[in-house]
Amino acid sequence: MSSFLSYVLSGISLGSIYALIALGYTMVYGIAKMLNFAHGDVIMIGGYIVYTALSTYHFPVWISIISGMLSCIIIGVVIEKVAYKPLRNTSPLTVLITAIGVSYLLQNIALLIFGSAAKSFTSVVPKEWTIKTSFVTISGETIVTIVVTVIIMIALTLFVNKTKTGKAMRAVSEDKGAAQLMGINVNKTISITFAIGSGLAAVAAVLLCSTYPLLSPYTGAMPGIKAFTAAVFGGIGSIPGAMIGGIVLGLIECLSKAYISSQLSDAIVFAVLIIILLVKPTGLLGKKINEKV
Amino acid sequence: MAILETNGLGIQFGGLKAVDEFSIKVEKGQLYGLIGPNGAGKTTVFNLITGVYKPTSGTFSLGGEILNGLNPVQINRKGIARTFQNIRLFSKMTVLDNVKVGYASSIKYSMAESILRIGRYSKEEKNANERCMELLKVFDLDKEASMLASNLPYGKQRKLEIARAMATGPKLLLLDEPAAGMNPNETAELMNTIRFVRDNFDMTILLIEHDMKLVAGICEELTVLNFGQVLSQGETSKVLNDPKVITAYLGEDE
Repeated sequence: MSSFLSYVLSGISLGSIYALIALGYTMVYGIAKMLNFAHGDVIMIGGYIVYTALSTYHFPVWISIISGMLSCIIIGVVIEKVAYKPLRNTSPLTVLITAIGVSYLLQNIALLIFGSAAKSFTSVVPKEWTIKTSFVTISGETIVTIVVTVIIMIALTLFVNKTKTGKAMRAVSEDKGAAQLMGINVNKTISITFAIGSGLAAVAAVLLCSTYPLLSPYTGAMPGIKAFTAAVFGGIGSIPGAMIGGIVLGLIECLSKAYISSQLSDAIVFAVLIIILLVKPTGLLGKKINEKV
Repeated sequence: MAILETNGLGIQFGGLKAVDEFSIKVEKGQLYGLIGPNGAGKTTVFNLITGVYKPTSGTFSLGGEILNGLNPVQINRKGIARTFQNIRLFSKMTVLDNVKVGYASSIKYSMAESILRIGRYSKEEKNANERCMELLKVFDLDKEASMLASNLPYGKQRKLEIARAMATGPKLLLLDEPAAGMNPNETAELMNTIRFVRDNFDMTILLIEHDMKLVAGICEELTVLNFGQVLSQGETSKVLNDPKVITAYLGEDE
């Protein structure tokens, strides 16, 4: 029983990280109607920046995290401006291929600068934060991940629903043309969306690397794909969907690692995705789109 | 003084002149109608004036300021707002939020203030809510404020589009077939609403409409478009009795 509880907690913690990454996918998809496959690699870059700040320059933890977030925000916005914005009126396939190109570009830049050997990331969470009871041991990383994710999700939900920028984002995601004619600056709104997604990616990077402390140029790839899966699973374009999708995915992964097979866990995760999409093609919270005849 | 003035405005798509030599003067406070058979180029005129299309010839100005070449956002900020022929509300947002999107450019707080909920945030949000609710009341939509826009009945959706456009604080309101799909009762009510908006907000309104009862009932002046060109222009009663206009609508006598 106690081991079950600790599996569930680490599942929620891993799922929280997926959820943070999935938010970036789903918000960008909702607004720019594109899949930003480079999002996973922004996480990796964020990881390296925080690593460099911490290990090379010995900055305090909070300065390292903030510099990681700011760098990721700048990188995200620049990627959008340089690579995606000129393609905004072309076919989705063109943008998708460009995104894959950006993904490889980021991986290779990291390879060039930091080398292929994995770096070991020192956790930003102090060892003393681990909670040990006779019943269960919960690592500090698990606690911090869950708490930070809950705070971010509440803040993001409030931001999207209760502020003018959030309303502009929802308006642009529904009808770019109409939003523009109501005085909403679409380019600025898309930039803000990329900024938020990339900022969250940096937070996810810190949490991910603190829990799984190996950092290589390919660190972002697998979590990126899983988070994308989580976004689709929850219903792409839906913010609560990404949150739920991420956590469900993390739970499935951890529990199948514990009780079925650690080698098969990824296969199980993706099998569940296929089943969900067969039953409900729009994902858990995705809206059914009625085709107009 | 004319608030909207277009001078030889035109746009060419390939070899097709969709609108050609379009010149009108709309006086401040006027209710002006733009009519014409299907495909005459009426909505294209709206798209030119709102910056969706860039004119290939001619100019247009609002209150004497030439607006050619500005993008839709800039033109909206200058004071031109519109509704759409096929309703384009933000259907997944509430009625109040739709209006608040229109009002957004008047809300003065920075993103940092809104994230941290400090400074001007609460005061400005409260103010925005009040102003938008007032506007909804004018359109008799205040009771539906928290409903999703897509759940409103059709006639009310049309009204909400006008309310949302009004929230952007325009000097000139463009209505694209506001009575399309409405029954006679709804149309009569809409006519009152349009008059009310003009009188109470000191608004100038340019509208496209096919419903001749509405056009004859509220428009003071008309321009008739046919195949992208001005066919007739002037006082409503004169224009509607112009033989050229009757021919364009009903065809030649055999």
